[in-house]
Amino acid sequence: MTTIEKLTILTDAAKYDVACTSSGIDRGGKSGKLGSAVKMGICHSFASDGRCISLLKVLMTNACIYDCQYCVNRRSNDTPRATFTPRELADLTIGFYRRNYIEGLFLSSAVIKNPDYTCELLIQTLRLLREEYGFRGYIHVKAIPGADDRLLTLLGMLADRMSVNIELPSERSLKLLAPDKSKRSILQPMGLIAGKIQETRYDLIRYRSTPKFAPAGQSTQMIIGATPDTDWNILRLTEGLYRKYGLRRVFYSAYMPVSENALLPPKGTKPPLLREHRLYQADWLLRFYGFTAGELLDGQHPNFHPLVDPKCGWAVNHMEQFPVEINTAPYEMLLRVPGIGVRSAQRIRAARRCRSLDFDGLKKIGVVLKRAQYFITCSGKMREGLRFTPESVLRALISEEKQKLAAQDVPEQLSFFTPSPTTEPQAPVAFPELAQKEA
Amino acid sequence: MVAYRYDGSFDGFLCCVFESYVRREVPVQILSEEEAQVSLYPEKWIGTDPDRAERVYTSLSRKISPEARELVETGFLTCLPERERLLYRFIRMGYRHGAQVTSWLADDTVSTLRKAAFSAGHEAHLLTGFLRFSEQNGTLAAIITPKNRVLPLILEHFSSRFNAETFLIYDKTHHMALVHRPGQDAIIPMEHFSLEEPDETERQFRALWKQFYHTIGIEGRYNPKCRMTHMPKRYWENMTEFLEPALPNGKPRADALFSSTNRERLC
Repeated sequence: MTTIEKLTILTDAAKYDVACTSSGIDRGGKSGKLGSAVKMGICHSFASDGRCISLLKVLMTNACIYDCQYCVNRRSNDTPRATFTPRELADLTIGFYRRNYIEGLFLSSAVIKNPDYTCELLIQTLRLLREEYGFRGYIHVKAIPGADDRLLTLLGMLADRMSVNIELPSERSLKLLAPDKSKRSILQPMGLIAGKIQETRYDLIRYRSTPKFAPAGQSTQMIIGATPDTDWNILRLTEGLYRKYGLRRVFYSAYMPVSENALLPPKGTKPPLLREHRLYQADWLLRFYGFTAGELLDGQHPNFHPLVDPKCGWAVNHMEQFPVEINTAPYEMLLRVPGIGVRSAQRIRAARRCRSLDFDGLKKIGVVLKRAQYFITCSGKMREGLRFTPESVLRALISEEKQKLAAQDVPEQLSFFTPSPTTEPQAPVAFPELAQKEA
Repeated sequence: MVAYRYDGSFDGFLCCVFESYVRREVPVQILSEEEAQVSLYPEKWIGTDPDRAERVYTSLSRKISPEARELVETGFLTCLPERERLLYRFIRMGYRHGAQVTSWLADDTVSTLRKAAFSAGHEAHLLTGFLRFSEQNGTLAAIITPKNRVLPLILEHFSSRFNAETFLIYDKTHHMALVHRPGQDAIIPMEHFSLEEPDETERQFRALWKQFYHTIGIEGRYNPKCRMTHMPKRYWENMTEFLEPALPNGKPRADALFSSTNRERLC
């Protein structure tokens, strides 16, 4: 089999992995060595689906011993199989990297023979890259659940970021669709990685030369829409992962049907892209805006409103906390105003030290007044000529969002509202009274 | 009422600032040598004197702030129309009011300047990703067509990452080239440069990369608009994945990248 054929098969098998970030670590170049890493990450291209391509994302092999129903590489699927040799893959990575095609390597793998053997293959590849070629670029590697702790530790020493995919957000779904996996088998390596990262961080305080274990942290991914789990379940799990395991990122992947199975949405079902988008918005609110999962959703309202973004939704439900005065409000409160992001909140904080701000100034700073105007005052005054009631605010925010969705030209996203036969009867949304009106 | 004309270098611009303070006059226009525009006002040629430039340069840090100096430097690299006049206005404001001017984000001059500097920085950041090297005879070469003069902004990144390589990055818009050999960098003016015919290895890697690029996208999520937002089409002409032969969903405008007229060899 030629390299290009292998590359095609093993890329095709890896493409459902969402993460392609190269962020989290700054490592300058070193004289005579190839490569460096940049904290904010660099996107080298964007695929036809609009997702960033930053790393050479491939599997070591797609010949898997497991039979997870949601996965293209499951044992029972009739698909061509291929395996890279470590040397082949290392040469490919260096060739791409020198031409500035990529930021590094994202290496994952199906489990071939057994977890330990698979893990050893990955280690061999990374060793070649790091030790023989002196490669200092970014490496993201998947931990292989079930592999020996010592092997995983070795793997983490060679990589920048490690990840274990949760895939299904509840034990019940796992039992049903991935009988070979359990919650424990996934969380165990995750805990190991988190522990090792902590450990070396502690050692680093004492000895500067301590080799770093996965210095860019760990991440995971969940599939959205393959199982009846609600947004509330997913977001709570996400929050727990950030807090307990110190994850850097949780990725969401709208489920693309890849097999006919009575337990899964049928082939041809559109991926719930809008729902995925809302979860990412909420994820940002957790990480950068100081929100908690409990503020955004609860047991009575377990799913996000499709027509309002989570931050607007929260603000409309908490009108008693608004309006806030731009020139005096604390930074944390500025962050909670719809239409003000982290960047504009920081700019407001800097600019108001010198001069008081008015609505014109806010516009120049980059605040989206269309949304923010309902929630702020400048020197005690609301925007001139603005009249509204809580209901009209919501209507205005919805119509703005609708235009945005229409502009994206993705009518299929709206199919999210029509319950499909396999999913449970439509779960209640955050604003029941509004959903009726809209219908 | 007077217009200044200078040689187009950063030092030259700083000398214009010097001149205006020495003569106690405010130039209505500051034009560079290349600008064909004829001024309505009497023109005055300002010569470049490194000592004067140095004095103004250090005063930017000392009398305003290091942040302001950086903003002026980046501002000078932008493609903003009449950037010299805007920078001059900003420097005047800075001398008068001190360090606080950089955070007058609601001020027209400051916000225009900051936005332009931000977008130049952003373009430089994008190019650290979108730039594509081709290997020819063991050296690397790339062509870019940026709006802003980004070479000084990407120098550090590329010369640190590929420090052991010999490479050339040609800015086709501004006819400048960044040349790197282990241990030394230079940005030099260069009229023409084009890539050579790829050899066998180079052809193979290009084919592999194109194959990877077209395999990694998920058909069910096809979203050309999103791709264009993140990666505007003006970058495509220099990217390997969009080079001929034409590809199904995004035909490149590769305008005779391989035409061999005026070929200049690296080294």
